[in-house]
Amino acid sequence: MRRYLLSTILCEKKGGKGHSSETIRKNLVTGTRTCCSSDRRLCLQLHRFLLASYSSGDKALDGYSKKKYVCKLLFIFLLGHDIDFGHMEAVNLLSSNRYTEKQIGYLFISVLVNSNSELIRLINNAIKNDLASRNPTFMGLALHCIANVGSREMAEAFAGEIPKILVAGYVSCVKDTMDSVKQSAALCLLRLYRTSPDLVPMGDWTSRVVHLLNDQHLGVVTAATSLITTLAQKNPEEFKTSVSLAVSRLSRIVTSASTDLQDYTYYFVPAPWLSVKLLRLLQCYPPPEDPAVRGRLTECLETILNKAQEPPKSKKVQHSNAKNAVLFEAISLIIHHDSEPNLLVRACNQLGQFLQHRETNLRYLALESMCTLASSEFSHEAVKTHIETVINALKTERDVSVRQRAVDLLYAMCDRSNAQQIVAEMLSYLETADYSIREEIVLKVAILAEKYAVDYTWYVDTILNLIRIAGDYVSEEVWYRVIQIVINRDDVQGYAAKTVFEALQAPACHENLVKVGGYILGEFGNLIAGDPRSSPLIQFNLLHSKFHLCSVPTRALLLSTYIKFVNLFPEVKTTIQDVLRSDSQLKNADVELQQRAVEYLRLSTVASTDILATVLEEMPPFPERESSILAKLKKKKGPSTVTDLEEAKRERSADVNGGPEPAPASAVSTPSPSADLLGLGAAPPAPAGPPPSSGGLLVDVFSDSPSAVAPLAPGSEDNFARFVCKNNGVLFENQLLQIGLKSEFRQNLGRMFIFYGNKTSTQFLNFTPTLICSDDLQTNLSLQTKPVDPTVDGGAQVQQVVNIECVSDFTEAPVLNIQFRYGGTFQNVSVKLPITLNKFFQPTEMASQDFFQRWKQLSSPQQEVQNIFKAKHPMDTEITKAKIIGFGSALLEDVDPNPANFVGAGIIHTKTTQIGCLLRLEPNLQAQLLESVSAKRWLPPGTHRAGGARGAVG
Amino acid sequence: MQFMLLFSRQGKLRLQKWYVPLSDKEKKKITRELVQTVLARKPKMCSFLEWRDLKIVYKRYASLYFCCAIEDQDNELITLEIIHRYVELLDKYFGSVCELDIIFNFEKAYFILDEFLLGGEVQETSKKNVLKAIEQADLLQEKTENMYHSKSFIGCKKAY
Repeated sequence: MRRYLLSTILCEKKGGKGHSSETIRKNLVTGTRTCCSSDRRLCLQLHRFLLASYSSGDKALDGYSKKKYVCKLLFIFLLGHDIDFGHMEAVNLLSSNRYTEKQIGYLFISVLVNSNSELIRLINNAIKNDLASRNPTFMGLALHCIANVGSREMAEAFAGEIPKILVAGYVSCVKDTMDSVKQSAALCLLRLYRTSPDLVPMGDWTSRVVHLLNDQHLGVVTAATSLITTLAQKNPEEFKTSVSLAVSRLSRIVTSASTDLQDYTYYFVPAPWLSVKLLRLLQCYPPPEDPAVRGRLTECLETILNKAQEPPKSKKVQHSNAKNAVLFEAISLIIHHDSEPNLLVRACNQLGQFLQHRETNLRYLALESMCTLASSEFSHEAVKTHIETVINALKTERDVSVRQRAVDLLYAMCDRSNAQQIVAEMLSYLETADYSIREEIVLKVAILAEKYAVDYTWYVDTILNLIRIAGDYVSEEVWYRVIQIVINRDDVQGYAAKTVFEALQAPACHENLVKVGGYILGEFGNLIAGDPRSSPLIQFNLLHSKFHLCSVPTRALLLSTYIKFVNLFPEVKTTIQDVLRSDSQLKNADVELQQRAVEYLRLSTVASTDILATVLEEMPPFPERESSILAKLKKKKGPSTVTDLEEAKRERSADVNGGPEPAPASAVSTPSPSADLLGLGAAPPAPAGPPPSSGGLLVDVFSDSPSAVAPLAPGSEDNFARFVCKNNGVLFENQLLQIGLKSEFRQNLGRMFIFYGNKTSTQFLNFTPTLICSDDLQTNLSLQTKPVDPTVDGGAQVQQVVNIECVSDFTEAPVLNIQFRYGGTFQNVSVKLPITLNKFFQPTEMASQDFFQRWKQLSSPQQEVQNIFKAKHPMDTEITKAKIIGFGSALLEDVDPNPANFVGAGIIHTKTTQIGCLLRLEPNLQAQLLESVSAKRWLPPGTHRAGGARGAVG
Repeated sequence: MQFMLLFSRQGKLRLQKWYVPLSDKEKKKITRELVQTVLARKPKMCSFLEWRDLKIVYKRYASLYFCCAIEDQDNELITLEIIHRYVELLDKYFGSVCELDIIFNFEKAYFILDEFLLGGEVQETSKKNVLKAIEQADLLQEKTENMYHSKSFIGCKKAY
């Protein structure tokens, strides 16, 4: 085959011009004879051959040879080799008027050109000519090319043009040929809309597109339906009329005899592709409101369900696939509408039949589809009746992806009545489950066990089993959670202590069990100490026998357990002190362990029993929040149906215990940031201020080059707004760095202390904070600061003082840019520094009469600013008062005749001038939403306003 | 549909069609990963699998695997039939198609695919209409081809 290929290529070349190709051919032939005939070598030779002939001086390649070259290049590319030349030849082919050359040119462009901007212009030109040619074949080629490349440049050039082609009317003699152009135009537009929705203008063509659903040509309807579906998802209002048209079209298809639609019938199923697309389109909308349309749709869906029960018209798998494709799409629509209990139950029964079908594909899809059915209140019970079949599938399916679906379905159908059975089945499946899905099953078991636990002893047993069976896959969230629940529920504490004690006696137990055991015995070991089999000393020895096998974080946790024992059981105090005193603890190479040992030993010797009892008191209950396990599962699964399902479920069953992330619960305070008993990365205590912003989780990856200034860190705007009315707090926080602020202002001067805290245990190198002011700002605000030490040790904090002088009024805020190296990677963070004009506000007291007199005087447009906005939070009088005072102006009580309004006055001090400012806030309490702030300014006239008023109150 | 791949049992890519913009590097990575995953599956296993956030639908015809990546809300079974219809179209055009047909007449395979699927959506499901379009194109091609009185590289299958 290869030799043949070569000789063909060489034949082509025979008529070629230059003699050089003759020599090349000789070499090539001998080369091929001798070389081992791997595809790759062949390709390389071809490549070389073509390169050589390409550059051998045949300057004026005719269209035919160009076509050949381009075609061969494509061939080489498709064998998996990179092609980086020949693009120009391909573009030239586009403007040929020979169909075959044009066609190859377009193919090359479609396959090989991504969005090489230089070429795109040339290509676009050729396309434009072809679109205007009125030759349907050429138009078709051009449209295919646009749809295949679909780049933004193409969207810019053609997004306005294509709708015209799509809805143009044609006289009947050319309609046939133009139909295929319309089909291409519809899908071409769809592709452009997907890549650049902003460039596709909506217009009066939209209503005409909808009417394509009525077109006689089913191919046109098929193509148009895809377009309409995508457009309707984004602009449901504009395409609303498509619903009734789609329903009537669907109804005509469903009720047609299998021969009616001629070539659009596929293995006795009438137009399956179109039916599926129409059903998809209907899923963009709620059930139709018009009773006639709604009735017709219900009829259609019933017919589809009935047909599923009929004997197959053909034994071919294509017949059943096409039929079931429509059926599954119909079921999706039924689930989407979620309004017809009768249909939902029928759908469920149909899927139940598929669960035992011999086709693996159908079983897979039935399980998948049932998952969504389980979330509907109408069909939840019906789904539950299939539990035995699903459990059986879990045990007997040979395909792991089908088993995965079965696990999903069990999870979805679980409620209080069957939780124990399902959890037990999942646990036993876990023992043999595929490694790839174990972690997910562990999370699911943990969630179900918690959510449906009536009896918390069952919950504790389940989780301990989970750790025993699949300890490696039990993430931190899971064991944090069991501890939170045990601490929050005192009825289960004794049982938990007893069970972990027993579990720990196994000769080999997982480290996660040691963690749970250590924590729980440290808190509640006293509850089982009465039993001589679990006396304090036995408990301690049991835990300590695991100590040396554990990792550092677990050992740290165990040390905390020991000090808790000192408090719980004075009789083992000396034993524990001996352990803490041993060299392996006091001189441990790990700083954390050593520190704990030293401090705990000291604590146990110096503190009186009373102090010990206070310091080492039982942990307070954790605040109730959303389960972190659930969050983790959602993250794993992505924002898919699981979420909705969860929400639906939660409503149905009151959540038993919505507990939280590991709280930074430190009973013993040590200077180390990781001093909490869990000993695992909780946030260090932050100075009073806003909680770490959500954006703080993103480690900065904005920039590679150290000179570039990072864009503002996400979330920092929110923080910035908070600082308008206050002077101290945390400005920014991410996983590495925390920035705190303390500032004071008087007249036109101010001083700001910036604290940079290194949250990691590694040094920051080349640490350089820079203050950046725009030119404009520089003239109005003078900032002076000294550079800080370029290294920041792990856990350390450095301080920087900024002296501020307000020269004249300003509106922008300076930006603080911080650059440093952390473990070899360059970090770059930018935050806005909250120095706003209102910081230089001095409050002024004023009587009512005085106030309104001035207010009225200040009536020219340059002196007044009014802003109406929606309050982000419900209005509270006290909070608003505090904000206005924090904003800097005086709060004038009993000034405004309307007691609901707030009035303030103050003077803004700058070096050059002083500006008086009046402020009125008029809440619109009826709407609970609107407030209006007016600020007026006297002395001197100008064009500035009190900055930040909106941020302060909104 | 996001993309369609045709590859042989040996893992050689025979045809690729991408309906979403991706860099060449990504395309190669995806191809490698998918070819491996699909080839590792046993014959009795189901034709669908979850892969990243996409659904993969594949089917084997003789030595060739046809593999489509569809989005979450797309219909798996109908995609399976898209594959089948495409095979039917190839079969009808080439007359009992084999892997070599697709290798040597790759451009035809692409043209047929473009007539059938465009921008990842089904454009024309009628076998007659698709083939009519291709035959018309062939007719045009023959006209120009005759002008050269030369044998086409791409028409080499029969001689083989």
